[in-house]
Amino acid sequence: MSDAAVGSGGAVLGTPPAGGNYLSHGHGLASWLFTLDHKRIGVLYLISILISFFLGGVFAMLIRTELLTPGRTLMGPDTYNRMFTLHGAIMIFLFIIPGVPGALGNFILPIMLGAKDVAFPKLNLASWWLYVIGSLFAILSMVLGGADTGWTFYTPYSVDSTSSVTALTFGAFILGFSSIFTGLNFIVTIHKLRPKGMTWFKMPLFLWSLYATAIIQILATPVLGITLLLLIVERAFGVGIFDPALGGDPVLFQHFFWFYSHPAVYIMILPAMGIMSELISTFSHRTIFGYRFIAYSSIAIAVISFLVWGHHMFVSGQSNLANMVFSFLTFLVAIPSAIKVFNWLATMYKGSITLETPMIYALMFLALFGIGGLTGLFLGALATDVHLSDTYFIVAHFHYTMMGGVVIAFLGGLHYWWPKMFGRMYSERWGQIAAWLLFVGFNLTFISQFLMGSKGMPRRYYTYLERFQPYHEASTIGGYIMAVAFIIMAVYLVDSLRRGRPAPANPWGSATLEWVCASPPPHDNFATTPQFTDPYDMRGLELDPKTGGYVRRAEA
Amino acid sequence: MFERLIAGAGGASDGNVWMPPQSSTAAPAVDRLFYFIFWISAFFFALIVILAIVFVIRYRKRAGRVAPVEVPTHNTPLEIAWTVIPLLIVFVIFYLGFKIFLDVVTPPKNAYEVQVTAQRWKWMFTYPNGHVDENLHVPLDTPVLLVMTSEDVIHSFFVPDFRLKRDIVPGRYNKTWFRATQEGAHDLMCAEYCGTSHSTMLAQVVVHPPGGFEKWLAEASNFLAKLPPAEAGAQVFRTRGCAQCHSLDGKANVGPTMQAVFGSSVSTRDGKRLVADENYIRESIIDPQARIVAGFDPVMPTYKGRLKDEEITVLIAYIKTLSN
Repeated sequence: MSDAAVGSGGAVLGTPPAGGNYLSHGHGLASWLFTLDHKRIGVLYLISILISFFLGGVFAMLIRTELLTPGRTLMGPDTYNRMFTLHGAIMIFLFIIPGVPGALGNFILPIMLGAKDVAFPKLNLASWWLYVIGSLFAILSMVLGGADTGWTFYTPYSVDSTSSVTALTFGAFILGFSSIFTGLNFIVTIHKLRPKGMTWFKMPLFLWSLYATAIIQILATPVLGITLLLLIVERAFGVGIFDPALGGDPVLFQHFFWFYSHPAVYIMILPAMGIMSELISTFSHRTIFGYRFIAYSSIAIAVISFLVWGHHMFVSGQSNLANMVFSFLTFLVAIPSAIKVFNWLATMYKGSITLETPMIYALMFLALFGIGGLTGLFLGALATDVHLSDTYFIVAHFHYTMMGGVVIAFLGGLHYWWPKMFGRMYSERWGQIAAWLLFVGFNLTFISQFLMGSKGMPRRYYTYLERFQPYHEASTIGGYIMAVAFIIMAVYLVDSLRRGRPAPANPWGSATLEWVCASPPPHDNFATTPQFTDPYDMRGLELDPKTGGYVRRAEA
Repeated sequence: MFERLIAGAGGASDGNVWMPPQSSTAAPAVDRLFYFIFWISAFFFALIVILAIVFVIRYRKRAGRVAPVEVPTHNTPLEIAWTVIPLLIVFVIFYLGFKIFLDVVTPPKNAYEVQVTAQRWKWMFTYPNGHVDENLHVPLDTPVLLVMTSEDVIHSFFVPDFRLKRDIVPGRYNKTWFRATQEGAHDLMCAEYCGTSHSTMLAQVVVHPPGGFEKWLAEASNFLAKLPPAEAGAQVFRTRGCAQCHSLDGKANVGPTMQAVFGSSVSTRDGKRLVADENYIRESIIDPQARIVAGFDPVMPTYKGRLKDEEITVLIAYIKTLSN
């Protein structure tokens, strides 16, 4: 076992294993659709969420184009209302929530543990199939004309609406099970399949964040499931639960909905933060700073995130006492995020920083998530929230955290693990161009929205007062710039699969176990359980000019 | 530009880069908090970005630089410091936010009360004397209490110039209040998504100078006597929500169109035919479910007791003009 760290699973660093890899192991569509291999399921998830992201992006572009002018630009108000509902629902339920855990987590988590697979491979496959079935209901909803309620499905509007709300909410209900299955699998896998020596506080931080995420997935998602089911029952059978005309309480729905959907934003951001810890330490080529604080802060976020849902309802008429408590707790949840940011900065201190594409995304995350988090202070404070609630300020804040945070970190993770997943290097130059273009477009899009929001432009408006038009124009141009960046990204990533330079086992100089494995990994990941090493000990890793990858210098 | 950017402390009644004009007593306090948080955020944002840039430049891998082998892995006092200091700062923000909020939401005892009814996609403001208007008229520098409810879905009362927002929930009364400090018209918007015409569910808050409000209310309440019947009827039609379901252009909506309806022959749901004369229109207002036009659902609420006899009379006079 003494040489296990220098390549196991038959893989000498940088050379493909004799037995082929997971991509060549088994042929034909069925070998993919019914695979139990966590890596293939990860790839299936990746393809699925990217299709969803494309679809949600098309809706976003239609929305931004419609808003170039007040009044009609492309479509009528009813179509517009369906566009923003679908944009939100698809991006949230079909892209961001399953995104990092489903695609990157499934692929990386077992390899990071030195395991052959997740604890329950069949449950894993079931999770992807549920995702597909849930997506089909979302598509069914579109075919039936699309829902027009907004992704929040607020009652009693969603009870009365004649649009295809039932299909979409049922889709979200099924997607919830997909998410629960993934979370359950990850918790058991992390508990049971860690290699000898990997104690809790020696785990890679990406695993800590996935663990914290899984806790929320399991505990919060059932509440959403029940809530959406109650909504469907009310729509179908007229049982009065949320609609005051039937004796229900519409604000009750908001409590139920946000009891899931606020923790859900942490389902989205926590794995992204885990990626950040890996990226910052890898590309600073030094050990992570403040490991324990970062790990504990993930758990703190998971716990506190359950107690802040009421901050979505500061103007709903809930009592001043409830407002006070939720405002207070909301400020508490800001602290663990701040701790992480400071620790990432400190990790760069005295490092040996290289600026490959994934690191560019990590640095962008610091700035963009910084803005997203800090603008949350305006919304946690009661007096300012009264003015800013339900305006474009909220829309901008949300996108700075979810897109500037989660999506940017996801892209960083995708570029980081891409060579591992597909065994090919992409064009570094185009990677940088797309990243910077995205950064410019993103800020143009959403800073404009902060400005018009605080000036009083409400969200979900089909038309608007003339004075807001310059902001909308700038925002739309920013949106188009982002679209160009994503097209560039799609082109060079697909191109890398055909023409990319073969990836070495460890192209970036990381110390976690997946980089000990070949690129792409063999079917079984590791022939024998690899020897655990400190995931952040970069000492002794040196660039081998022959392969372009890092190898660990034998200890003298 | 820069002066306007930092003009949160006052003198910003015409608005600045971030905020619309300050036109209520709440606005200056809210704006002060906004700019307080703004500068704290700006400081921390600058700190993060500058440190990141400095570290990237200083510690980037380059020829000739040997990275230190031993680097700090943690520093407990430092980490506790950057946990506790932000915690103290957010406690201050929390306290200020809650304190100002309490001032802003607690109405004084002697406030002038106006009933607000929101329905898709229309505002109705009912004054103490029973007058109903589609815009909110208020006196300057007087506390106004709004008792709000919705006829259908959730709406939200939003006046950016007043920094005021409150959801309007069906089946309950939500209250809010303000004291306007700037004369003139201020935009009032619906801020909770409510469907097709959500973005045009707009109205004005008209702030009258001292003495002006009473004069306006007296004149506006007297419209039945002052205006010719058909014009008064048009106002009732507009302000009392008829137009939400009955179009004037011949297109069927939730209810039948009013174009050319008077004197026409209509068939009812139970297969009978009748002529839409004065009596049928009056009956349809007071007892809408009695005889419903074929093809429509029995959804219209009764206006018995909600409209005065004179108002029904002028409404009929108005509807007659739509048949000419």
